[in-house]
Amino acid sequence: MTSLPQSTQKKLGLAIDLDTCVGCHACVISCKEWNTSNYGSPLSDMDAYGAEPSGTFLNRIHTYEAKTLERAAQVVHFPKSCLHCEDAPCVTVCPTGASYKRSEDGIVLVNEDDCMGCGLCAWACPYGAREMDVAEGVMKKCTLCVDRIYNENIPEEDRVPSCVRTCPAGARHFGDFADPDSNVSILSAERGGFALMAEQGTNPVNRYLPPRPKADISGSGQIGVPATALGEETGGAKGFLSWLDKALEKI
Amino acid sequence: MHPAPSVIIFTALSGLGFGLMAWLGFGLPAVSGWSAFTFFFVAYALAVGGLVASTFHLGNPKRAIKAFSQWRSSWLSREGVLAIVSLLVIAVYAIGVIFLNQRWQIAGWAGALLSLGTVFTTSMIYAQMKTVPRWNTPLTPVLFFLYALAGGALLAGQTGAAIMLLIVLCSVQVLAWVLGENSFARAGHTIETATGLGNLGRVRLLESPHSGPNYLLKEMVYIVGRKHAHKLRVIAIFLMGLVPVAILTLLPTNHYMAAIAVLSHMAGLFVSRWLFFAQAEHVVGLYYDKR
Amino acid sequence: MRGKISMTAKGQPNLDVSPAVSDEIRKTTCYMCACRCGINVHMQDGRVKYIEGNKDHPVNRGVLCAKGSAGIMQHYSPARLRAPMKRVGERGSGEFEEISWEEAFDIATGWLGPLREKSPEKMAFFTGRDQSQSMTGWWAQAYGTPNYAAHGGFCSVNMATAGIYTMGGAFWEFGSPDWERTKLFMIFGVAEDHDSNPIKMGLGRLKERGAKIIGVNPVRSGYNALADEWVGITPGTDGLFILALIHELLKAGKVDLNYLMRYTNAPFLVNGDKSSPEHGLFLRDKNDKPLVLDRKTGKPVAFDKPGIKADMAGTHKVKGITHRPVFQLLAEKYLTDEHTPEAVAARCGIEAKTIKRIAAELAHVAFEEEIVIERPWTDWKGERHEKMVGRPVSFHAMRGISAHSNGFQTCRALHVLQILLGSVEVPGGFRFKPTYPKPVEAHPRPHCKVTPGAPLDGPHLGYVRGPEDLCLSDSGEAVRIDKAFTWENPMSAHGLMHMVISNAHAGDPYKIDTLFMYMANMSWNSSMNSSKVMEMLTDKDESGEYLIPRIIYSDAYSSEMVAFADLILPDTTYLERHDCISLLDRPICEADALADAIRWPVVEPDRDVRCFQSVLIELGARLGLPGMVNEDGSAKYKDYADYIQNHERRPGVGPLAGFRGKDGKGKGRGEPNPKQIEAYIKNGGFWIEHIPEEAAFFKPWNKAYQDWAVERGLYDSPQPYVFQLYLEPLRKFQLAAEGHGKIRPPEHLRQQIKDSMDPLPVWWAPFEENAIDTEEYPLHALTQRPAAMYHSWGSQNAWLRQIHGTNPLYVSGEIFAEHGFKEGDWAWLTSRHGKIKVPVAKMDALNAKTVWTWNAIGKRSGAWALDEKAPEATKGFLLNHLISELLPPRENGMRWSNSDPVTGQAAWFDLRVKIEKAGAGDGVSQPHMEPQKSPVPPAPQNLTYGEEFKK
Ligand SMILES: Nc1nc2c(c(=O)[nH]1)N[C@H]1C(S)=C(S)[C@@H](COP(=O)(O)OP(=O)(O)OC[C@H]3O[C@@H](n4cnc5c(=O)[nH]c(N)nc54)[C@H](O)[C@@H]3O)O[C@H]1N2
Ligand SMILES: Nc1nc2c(c(=O)[nH]1)N[C@H]1C(S)=C(S)[C@@H](COP(=O)(O)OP(=O)(O)OC[C@H]3O[C@@H](n4cnc5c(=O)[nH]c(N)nc54)[C@H](O)[C@@H]3O)O[C@H]1N2
Ligand code: SF4
Ligand code: SF4
Ligand code: SF4
Ligand code: SF4
Ligand code: SF4
Ligand SMILES: [Mo]
Repeated sequence: MTSLPQSTQKKLGLAIDLDTCVGCHACVISCKEWNTSNYGSPLSDMDAYGAEPSGTFLNRIHTYEAKTLERAAQVVHFPKSCLHCEDAPCVTVCPTGASYKRSEDGIVLVNEDDCMGCGLCAWACPYGAREMDVAEGVMKKCTLCVDRIYNENIPEEDRVPSCVRTCPAGARHFGDFADPDSNVSILSAERGGFALMAEQGTNPVNRYLPPRPKADISGSGQIGVPATALGEETGGAKGFLSWLDKALEKI
Repeated sequence: MHPAPSVIIFTALSGLGFGLMAWLGFGLPAVSGWSAFTFFFVAYALAVGGLVASTFHLGNPKRAIKAFSQWRSSWLSREGVLAIVSLLVIAVYAIGVIFLNQRWQIAGWAGALLSLGTVFTTSMIYAQMKTVPRWNTPLTPVLFFLYALAGGALLAGQTGAAIMLLIVLCSVQVLAWVLGENSFARAGHTIETATGLGNLGRVRLLESPHSGPNYLLKEMVYIVGRKHAHKLRVIAIFLMGLVPVAILTLLPTNHYMAAIAVLSHMAGLFVSRWLFFAQAEHVVGLYYDKR
Repeated sequence: MRGKISMTAKGQPNLDVSPAVSDEIRKTTCYMCACRCGINVHMQDGRVKYIEGNKDHPVNRGVLCAKGSAGIMQHYSPARLRAPMKRVGERGSGEFEEISWEEAFDIATGWLGPLREKSPEKMAFFTGRDQSQSMTGWWAQAYGTPNYAAHGGFCSVNMATAGIYTMGGAFWEFGSPDWERTKLFMIFGVAEDHDSNPIKMGLGRLKERGAKIIGVNPVRSGYNALADEWVGITPGTDGLFILALIHELLKAGKVDLNYLMRYTNAPFLVNGDKSSPEHGLFLRDKNDKPLVLDRKTGKPVAFDKPGIKADMAGTHKVKGITHRPVFQLLAEKYLTDEHTPEAVAARCGIEAKTIKRIAAELAHVAFEEEIVIERPWTDWKGERHEKMVGRPVSFHAMRGISAHSNGFQTCRALHVLQILLGSVEVPGGFRFKPTYPKPVEAHPRPHCKVTPGAPLDGPHLGYVRGPEDLCLSDSGEAVRIDKAFTWENPMSAHGLMHMVISNAHAGDPYKIDTLFMYMANMSWNSSMNSSKVMEMLTDKDESGEYLIPRIIYSDAYSSEMVAFADLILPDTTYLERHDCISLLDRPICEADALADAIRWPVVEPDRDVRCFQSVLIELGARLGLPGMVNEDGSAKYKDYADYIQNHERRPGVGPLAGFRGKDGKGKGRGEPNPKQIEAYIKNGGFWIEHIPEEAAFFKPWNKAYQDWAVERGLYDSPQPYVFQLYLEPLRKFQLAAEGHGKIRPPEHLRQQIKDSMDPLPVWWAPFEENAIDTEEYPLHALTQRPAAMYHSWGSQNAWLRQIHGTNPLYVSGEIFAEHGFKEGDWAWLTSRHGKIKVPVAKMDALNAKTVWTWNAIGKRSGAWALDEKAPEATKGFLLNHLISELLPPRENGMRWSNSDPVTGQAAWFDLRVKIEKAGAGDGVSQPHMEPQKSPVPPAPQNLTYGEEFKK
């Protein structure tokens, strides 16, 4: 069913903290290793040891540099996987019904048994969140680890996506955006979580938490303590001893 | 977008095929018997050939049958359904004119409208893509109609209509190219909106997520040089429009000349269709700082 | 999840959201890098299905990095060696024949046995990225060669040595910031470090708590990208920057006097008589205890006398000689104008006002935002303290400051800064992880006395206290092949692995017969001057024999080094062997806990490979080495696992500290337990023991900690000590250079010793910079570790190599524009030593005078079972070709090693280069080596890993 559900009971998704991500790619590989042997067909690697290796991944880390004339350039690591959009164009374009958005939790999935590998959904996705698996000829995308988050064979505390569990810096948060009191809703509200390319009208569930403003050494940005805060003077090389003597007296 | 031969062949040929069918369905020319057979054969060969070619683009063609199921939401599915219905309805009409010497005009008109509908659905597969601003415009269906009608007229031997339509087509195509140039900018997508990092300054990609190629880059990030594109546009207009119009207006009409006009038009059509894909920039390129 | 899927009422697939994850979980320790995280290996049908972090493990608490998760691809790598091999082609060609283990042992004992009887020093055993150094060192000692070390000399010995001499432990992974409490964290020159996951977890915690992070690094990527403030320092100038911070703090009186007085040698009295052979040494009492002035009585007393308040403002005169406290010397030195922010700003590339502000922030947080834990503790002198007062500023640093020829003193400077702020071993500051802190006195001295046919006189590596501890022959020649512990680099506590091949090739100080190496890709990324090293390994003498006659090498994969060895001992992967992460080596403890761990075969090898440590034990037994054979000559240990359980270093203390004794209840001490490994496996692969709360801070001076450490076998008696702002052993070397004492440096090294062995931190310009024309080579060239790759190992990994299959040279925006570069361009990069052709990319967030690339991505064609046209071999490149292991000749023609003059640490980051645009040409980086023949079968084309688990 590629018509989108009117609404979903939950809106499960990720809040990704761009202020904390160190760009380590841990989530990329953890995602690959979980998903290659779980939901659907494997995530293949073509020409794996050759001149042009290219494999299927559901999550990737870009690194951007941003610069203004006044300030030193800044680097931001930028993880990207499916945003489980509420108005997911990838779903409505799918001719076979393979792509769908789950009515219970809003997860966007591909039912691989129905997928004919036309690639249209990948065209429709603004974010590059879908990759066709060349070996199997079916479309792959982030499953939000649907086979982990409800999995009773996994200890309860670990029922989170593989990428979230593995992230060393704790930059990925998983939860229900439909619930205003959830961890992700609160984080997103507090930190000004934003949607990617909102002008596309896809209404993503995932939210990105922006980098916090940096103390700026070259410009006049907000910084900690003024240099004058160093306080009392010991009197340099000359006065140091008498300062020391007095200071020791106080101990 | 990657100008995949299968997709170029699909849209080009099926457009021509359904275009021809539309003319035939409207009874222009009002052929019958063997000559009708030839016309319908060509129309079917083009339409079906195009549809078959489209399956080469599929990772899993054996599941293509499922593509008919989502006509409620998916333009590609609608296209599939309409194509089949058109082919069937026109078949009824064709059987009438070829074998029974009957002109069931209702079926003809219906088939013709359905054929045009099919062309429309094809065009909507592209026109609906907000991710590709160059396609995401009403000009896309207009162009697809014009291609179908002009090409169909040419094939159907509707010289007068063909000349007119080709001129209109070329003008609209040029207009689409011109408007297409800034479509991406007009849509307002930038690397800053893509990343949401615009408040930090000018954003550029420092490191790609992967050092090698991947599906997204191969499929959606295809870069044609400006000069190259310009040259190809001139060639396309020349071949698909100027040559056929010149032949039809200046030279005596005969089968050879008509064939040359058709072939020239088709060559131009392929070039312009190649450009249609190759020049289409997908917003995902923003994430790779490539357009 | 395949097969027909039923539909829900809503017409959506009815998924099985609760599939079985695996048949079984086996908990062991990761070895995709040296961080040593705990892993849960999910097994299905006897194959590895999924690896995740172990939530209970002290190192990683469940998280796992990219490399760790890619362990599957390493384990099933096509580059894995299959059986022992002997060389059949020329060295370097890669032509081998697979042989049996019996034949391999025969060859090895045939070479090593007779050599041991005659001249064991002609066997050099260097073990690279070894995690079993306590065992390999023990083996080398039993063999009797003085030539043993691991990779520390080219890695970060500056950091390790400066830390241990100054405060009894280094950053490295021997300690960590108090992530839970610190409010201001400064990180210098770190891309990844060994503590990979813990640092990332820590940074995450700081972000959660809103603590401020300042990154000091020429490059703003990785950790520096998330730092709140980035200081894009000019490479090699951190020492200046830090000393300027110290200047500012001293000038403002923002130092922790109470802390300095109690816990450091700040009050120690120093002999001020220039003519005295004791000049600059501490004034000591009869028991050799350094003396301080008692402020109450004005009398000198032993520094550790209970109840005194040491004076730092007074002076003391004996026999006409004035003795002044260390702190006065220190203040005097750093309060001079040469250390003002203004004086150093240009050179460091940091504005003076920024240096001042950072000093102010440090002072502010340390002293105005002091934190207090209401937790009484008693110090080693018996004084009770009602609370623990902390200064919540902390620091971390690694190779960015250490891999320079001024690195030792720069690391020292940073430690002095920390100590002046009173932020070491206090809440919110830097905390040691047991078995550290441990003063120099608790470490051995180096040993090098050779007796043919017998063991060496003691452990090879150690900490020299003065010239008497150097490894010199009677005639003053280097005893070790790497010239460690000589006047050229007296405190080379980790040896100098980067000098072994060139010294052996030159026969300087002598020729060797057999080079035995383990786990170091020495013909490639771990050597400076890689192209020349390959020649050295293949050079022959007039008689046609290789200059380095025999090379035995153990690797697990088809690396570049394999091609240059004569005998290959193929190792297992980390999932197939026993190992111990021992307190006797580099421990994995937490600041609050003692911990060690094991590896065990979670899968059996499917080929004829063996755990290297087991091979070493068998080789030792076959050679009859003491400690490895019983009285009847039979092997004492069956294999490494047997050694791990039964070997005792000191009575009751062995490789593993947990579950000791027959009952398995011993902690740290106890008899061997035959079920010890089993107990570890049951416990998740590791053992942890928490430090009592009152012992958790002030460890060097905390009685409860000292007693606990003795109980756990970390040492045999309490080892309290004070931090060494002033390093007396350095002064002893200076005295020798000034002509005092019996053991003195050769003339040509005197000045270097005087200049470099300053007992208080100093800065000098990196050597390379001084020896060349910096106008000609205006740029600094650096490497960084990518988080998703471990040195050269990662490229054989189908998943990781897709992330980093090539390494562009990142060029600062300024230089990029200046040379008119465009993305995709190529450049010639030239150093005083060589020239390479590389692809360039632009980076604005980079020190304007710096270029850098990812380390060790470039590969030799034919290695690692990769296609000969793999991007790693065609576009990837090594900066190492530009780095010489020797400095340019001085006027007298002599050449020094490109190392720190104190420790011998390889000065990788001193490299200076120039850049020019190059045509793309064939699009291949230069130099491009002849391909090596692959000793393993070709790799498969495509992978669909996971297919086998789908039923
Ligand atoms: N330009 C530049 N060069 C550098 C550095 C730099 O920063 N810049 N850093 C230097 C530093 S700090 C270091 S530590 C060195 C590291 O350099 P190396 O010590 O050479 O490190 P690796 O590339 O990890 O190579 C170790 C070898 O161990 C093998 N190996 C892997 N696993 C196993 C196993 O389980 N058993 C056995 N027997 N072998 C195995 C690998 O196949 C590889 O051949 O590089 C140094 N070189
Ligand atoms: N993922 C991964 N982790 C690893 C390794 C690996 O290969 N991969 N290798 C392990 C090994 S053997 C080691 S030794 C450690 C090393 O860990 P790191 O010390 O993090 O080593 P590098 O990657 O060499 O990073 C050096 C950093 O110092 C900066 N730098 C260079 N010169 C200067 C300078 O003069 N001043 C300052 N302030 N900064 C400078 C560089 O820009 C770079 O960011 O990592 C270990 N961990
Ligand atoms: S991110 Fe892309 S694939 Fe995911 S739901 Fe949105 S449009 Fe679809
Ligand atoms: S590729 Fe598969 S999921 Fe995507 S639109 Fe085509 S059939 Fe649907
Ligand atoms: S939620 Fe699961 S599938 Fe999605 S990116 Fe994370 S690990 Fe991959
Ligand atoms: S694991 Fe976490 S820190 Fe690392 S790249 Fe992914 S989101 Fe960023
Ligand atoms: S940091 Fe990564 S590679 Fe290193 S031990 Fe931990 S998980 Fe393994
Ligand atoms: Mo290292």
